[in-house]
Amino acid sequence: MILAFVAYSIQQRNEGNQAMNRVVSSASPTASTDNLDSPSPANTATPTTYKNGTYTGKSADAFYGFIQVKATISGGKLTNIEFLDYPQDQPNSVTINQQAMPVLKSQAIQVQSAQVDGVSGATDTNHAFTESLGDALAQAHV
Amino acid sequence: MIKKTKIIMGMPVTLMTPTELESEAAFHNTFSFFEQVDRLYSPYIDTSDVSRINRREINESDYSLEMYEILELATKTKTETNGYFDVWHDGIFDPSGIVKGWAIQRAANIMRHYSDDFYVEAGGDIQVQGENDHNAPWRIGVRNPFDRNQNVSVVSLDNHAIATSGTAIKGQHIYNPVTSEPPTDIVSLSVIAPKIIDADRMATAAFAMGSRGIGFIENLAGYEAFMIDTNKRVTATSGWKNFEVQEK
Repeated sequence: MILAFVAYSIQQRNEGNQAMNRVVSSASPTASTDNLDSPSPANTATPTTYKNGTYTGKSADAFYGFIQVKATISGGKLTNIEFLDYPQDQPNSVTINQQAMPVLKSQAIQVQSAQVDGVSGATDTNHAFTESLGDALAQAHV
Repeated sequence: MIKKTKIIMGMPVTLMTPTELESEAAFHNTFSFFEQVDRLYSPYIDTSDVSRINRREINESDYSLEMYEILELATKTKTETNGYFDVWHDGIFDPSGIVKGWAIQRAANIMRHYSDDFYVEAGGDIQVQGENDHNAPWRIGVRNPFDRNQNVSVVSLDNHAIATSGTAIKGQHIYNPVTSEPPTDIVSLSVIAPKIIDADRMATAAFAMGSRGIGFIENLAGYEAFMIDTNKRVTATSGWKNFEVQEK
């Protein structure tokens, strides 16, 4: 999921895929990469190089709160993303519902091609993340 | 189809009707209402009622009727979700989790004065009524959180609502070093209910429950849900398929 976010934001900005892989390996050593899609073949932009350092992105409104990230560049590549601010609208201590949980079948995601009038999705935070990271990367640009 | 979108409350608000309405008031009044909601209930606007409550500038006896309505809904939701939903955290009042669904519900009530058929959306949460421009129920996609250009389920809705919760960054330990919150293993959770006010608050609460959320909705009469997890697997409640459009 984190990987998807990073991949998404980097593809959004047409940055190189090397940067994405670097983030994957350094920021999330325990994450499984088995389920990751291959990087988009359409993304043939020349890998971008960045100046080493840390860059703080602007705070972006995700409606439920603000998202702000700090990007670390070393060896000319994006190596870490730290969240300085993110929405915290869930209580920390909760009562677990002891009601019996039904067993439901799960299956792999299947893409549906039927035409739609509208789309439901939770993208606010995602966009805010992209916006803040994009801003941090713009500052790091050579 | 007549479709208009404005950015309000930091998110796209979209209104649709299958045909042009006689009066322009429907869209105008509905958008104005959303703008008013932002002014009164945004925790990010200093002069909003929510900010003033947080600064203890308004006494409870002076709350507006709408604020009472929102607080009542918040209390009800907290009970129904065993405490997973709370608008108070560490003494800070933030009713955003209720306000979005409540605002769409109110907006739908405004649209209803002007048309039997409409679509009201704010930031991916949708209430529909009647039919689309093909004289068929409204068709709504559930966005693939791994690729926002794709849908992973398409549902056919007539007088129903759908809300999706999925602040996927939250809960990930590498991004969230300051809380003791366990990492969440779900990416998004969509809920269908007759009314958006209910779909929205239950989607928020069920998402907070992690992978147990889908079971919580399964046990709730009148609600269906569709969950996407970090392994790119989907799980739906048993009645979700009754809304789903089957691929040819």
